[in-house]
Amino acid sequence: MGEKLLMKGAEAIGEAAIRAGCRHFFGYPITPQNEAPAYMARRLPEVNGTFLQAESEVAAINMLYGCAAAGKRVITTSSSPGISLMQEGLSYIAGSELPVVVMNVVRGGPGLGDIAPAQGDYFQAVKGGGHGDYHLIVLAPSTVQESIDLMQLAFDLADKYRNPVMMLSDGLLGQMMEAVEFPGFVDIEKLPKKPWAADSMQGKRSRNLVNSFDLLPEGLEVMNKKMWAKYADVEKNEVKFEEVETADAEYIFVAYGTVARIIKTVIKDLRSKGHKVGLIRPITLYPFPKKQLLALAENPRVKFFLDIELSFGQMIEDVKLSTEFKKPVHFYGRQGGMLPEPNEISEVMLKLMKEAK
Amino acid sequence: MAQHELVAAGFGGQGIMMLGKLFAEAGVLEGNYATFLPSYGPAMRGGTANCAIVISNEPIASPVLPHPKVCVVMNLPSLKTFEPLVAPGGILIINSSLIKEKAKRTDIKTIYVPANEIAEKAGMTKAANIVILGIVVKATGAVKVESTKEAIKQTLGEAKAKYLPINLQVLDAGLNFDING
Repeated sequence: MGEKLLMKGAEAIGEAAIRAGCRHFFGYPITPQNEAPAYMARRLPEVNGTFLQAESEVAAINMLYGCAAAGKRVITTSSSPGISLMQEGLSYIAGSELPVVVMNVVRGGPGLGDIAPAQGDYFQAVKGGGHGDYHLIVLAPSTVQESIDLMQLAFDLADKYRNPVMMLSDGLLGQMMEAVEFPGFVDIEKLPKKPWAADSMQGKRSRNLVNSFDLLPEGLEVMNKKMWAKYADVEKNEVKFEEVETADAEYIFVAYGTVARIIKTVIKDLRSKGHKVGLIRPITLYPFPKKQLLALAENPRVKFFLDIELSFGQMIEDVKLSTEFKKPVHFYGRQGGMLPEPNEISEVMLKLMKEAK
Repeated sequence: MAQHELVAAGFGGQGIMMLGKLFAEAGVLEGNYATFLPSYGPAMRGGTANCAIVISNEPIASPVLPHPKVCVVMNLPSLKTFEPLVAPGGILIINSSLIKEKAKRTDIKTIYVPANEIAEKAGMTKAANIVILGIVVKATGAVKVESTKEAIKQTLGEAKAKYLPINLQVLDAGLNFDING
């Protein structure tokens, strides 16, 4: 770790990607994440990298496909409408088992929406926004520092499972500045080799072929099964979450990203008044921390969950499934790019606590 | 160290963002955690702008400040918007060069600063934001004067180093202003 710097979220993810061994960026501008491509345009040439502004998001995601197929670490950053345009490519990339990292700095939607922070893209990110039976691995940072820390993991997971990884951020995380520290540079030469890459003959007699195509259902089923065996491993090995004051908590908030930060302020306030509240914050949205939520739901001390999102409730479906309806799961959210105030959330929690008694 | 909070608001072009960034930067130079959250979105010259800064020696939970402990308002629309939001017992710093109205709240401390006049007298008319930065540093004690000067120096960089002395002069004018007067 180096010295502390005050840095904008969107720029920090660019530098973090470079330090994680990424030298290739293809993208198309969209607010509120334009500082990321701007940073990459300036910085990548300094490290012999490639920055290219594509003619559209559709082109950009297919450039990622090509770059990843050639065995290189590659990233794009975009925001909600741009990510929608990339869904076809993401499906192809998942089907071709290619490692790429895609950052979605989520803004208000649907449609053109606005440019304020939102969480309405959870379903698209976690449930597979493109066609076919696949998953993205989805990481959800809640601070600028965590965006940096998770970037290396994102590239490592993408390579390990040969699967696209999405970093699900939001407009607030993209636009705010925060004191951060960067890790050192990954040695690209020491990264695991990619014998499947279509980069050369690699001294073999036959070429490597990368595609997502098998006209015979028997063959495609084998491919689907192989992918889902991989997802079983992902679910077993890669769950990440943070628990705040859950050891004695009777009332548990569930939230991710920016909202979880606001809830940490709420918890301080409610704890100071003697209320036993805690937070479980999924860091990986896929794989989802199912077991940890179920364990909390099965604990007789826990009375209920309160899920807070910047939408009308998307992650709540996973919370309900994970907790197997063993405890009530309540919901509160703001929409359209609005953020809830700590007091607003405290009041919702206090009201529910009163009703539960 | 308690958590220090500042919201600064005014016209676009008054250097509101710069004020906030310098304050946060000074905090970071002292090894603290800091967040700087700008209002962003469709904007126009002369429109309103604001930013929220938190400085703490502990990891910062929410960077959003619906009820800041300290608030700077540089123009009348900002006074109207933010006066009701300041936390009880908080501080409201008003640029009295441009705002002729008085604050209505009695449960907060108000500091009236003729920032434009002070900046002009100190040698740089457009540096009212730096005068206010001096007031913020003095009123909050969140960061040291030296760190604030270093933040200004680093922000100007080598290319604009010739503007450092005049900026420091204006900052001193702010620091010398009697905030209890």
